[in-house]
Amino acid sequence: MISCDLAVIGAGPAGLAAAIAAREAGVEDILVLERDEAAGGILNQCIHSGFGLHTFQEELTGPEYAARFRARAEELGIPIRLGVMVLGLGSDRVLTLTSRERGLEQLRAGAVILAMGCRERPRGALNIPGYRPAGIYTAGTAQRLVNMEGLLPGREIVILGSGDIGLIMARRMTLEGAHVQCVAELLPYSGGLKRNIVQCLDDYGIPLRLSHTVVNIRGRERVEGVTLAQVGPDRRPVPGTEEDIPCDTLLLSVGLLPENELSEGAGVALDPVTGGPVVGEDFSTSVPGVFACGNALHVHDLVDFVSQEAAAAGRSAARFLKGGPPAGPVIPIRCRDGVRYTVPQHLAVEAMPPEVTVRFRVSAPFREKYLACYINGTRVFHGKKRIMAPGEMEQYTLRRAALPADAREIVFCVEED
Amino acid sequence: MDEMELTCICCPIGCGLRATLEAGQVVRVTGNTCPRGEAYARREAVSPMRTVTSSVAVEGGVRPVVPVKTVPDVPKDRIFPVMDAIRDLTVPAPVRAGDVLLRDVAGTGADVVATAGLDKAP
Repeated sequence: MISCDLAVIGAGPAGLAAAIAAREAGVEDILVLERDEAAGGILNQCIHSGFGLHTFQEELTGPEYAARFRARAEELGIPIRLGVMVLGLGSDRVLTLTSRERGLEQLRAGAVILAMGCRERPRGALNIPGYRPAGIYTAGTAQRLVNMEGLLPGREIVILGSGDIGLIMARRMTLEGAHVQCVAELLPYSGGLKRNIVQCLDDYGIPLRLSHTVVNIRGRERVEGVTLAQVGPDRRPVPGTEEDIPCDTLLLSVGLLPENELSEGAGVALDPVTGGPVVGEDFSTSVPGVFACGNALHVHDLVDFVSQEAAAAGRSAARFLKGGPPAGPVIPIRCRDGVRYTVPQHLAVEAMPPEVTVRFRVSAPFREKYLACYINGTRVFHGKKRIMAPGEMEQYTLRRAALPADAREIVFCVEED
Repeated sequence: MDEMELTCICCPIGCGLRATLEAGQVVRVTGNTCPRGEAYARREAVSPMRTVTSSVAVEGGVRPVVPVKTVPDVPKDRIFPVMDAIRDLTVPAPVRAGDVLLRDVAGTGADVVATAGLDKAP
């Protein structure tokens, strides 16, 4: 059995930022575990620009954003083990690892930060009828093939799902000479950022077919075409609206799922809405000494927020290792009416820093509606928002000074007036 | 007098903007609901610029391609000539982040710059 004070699972933007913050807070013995052959996580294949506007006030590409954090980790002498897969995590913070060089190992950690990221929803989750021909990829797999392996997965493309990766890949495939027929979206609105719809689709004349889905995939060996159909308000295909679109490739950008098999194994309580751990304002999970951040916690649109939250998780892990004071009473942060979830899900009022950022997503697009915050049933905030959309994460800053001593419950919701 | 339709990218509302041009100058913007929309339309209607990001083939590297971007941005209507030049390019390993791999790509005055490093294959 080997040991360390802090084990960080994943060397993507979350893991790197967490490890850096923990070291800066005085944790000497840190080990970052990464299964890929390079640190940086998904940013290494996100070669487009638009990262870091909040953090660095400039627009970086994914690899450039990752490089800044890699350089800082190197400067601080934080060891990152590459090519290591974490197979298991116990509630006693013992990790089971495997690697080509050292085989199976056990690692006892004083604290653990979960930063495993997320996975893409695959075709199997959609129940699209048809054979299993070649030519069906998740958008992220296509992104890796094009941007890192130098391969073009197809020439005539249909993209299902208008998440940001799908939009980015519509542009990327077009630039590489492929023809993107359309991006089909089941919902009546896109889940992607406005900027991506304009700069990835409109710039290239790629149609966005809202309220449409793929109801059949043709082809036995290779995709030969897909059947697109309009869907009604119940999200079911409308008979008679089917149209056949010949293509050789179908890309799926239909949602991201936080990766939490390890968390579950450790007995970490998960939020059924986010798919990630339930955490407090210090990013602590239900298992003592285990913290969570990044897309393993909840799926983000902006990496800047990942870095911020992960740094807070790193500082909390440092505090835990030093045997920080008990958190005191914990109150729930709940949501209803238009707010789908919040992170954090609870708050230790006495231990909280002067300000805590609560991040959340709304359940549908809202225009000219109010975001409201209630404490113990009393409305303490009521602010008009010109627009709130599910694809763009919202946030609200809770101030310790504004919380009453007897605060029992905080609730966020969307209100008509 | 020309009119141009644009979608504002400054926030999720995505206002439909109409820019009125006279002699290549924006004289009026309508459809915006805030000043950011007007500023966006004034830029976008006259000289839309984009960062082109792509990958360049590498010979003898640990991976076949290295990511690149144009520095500075290039005019939107020059994206495809820029891409043709990027696709025709092959560079030898190693590559370091920040290396200029191609100067004055497609006559735009912009350089093609590596955004990540790539080691030589052992």
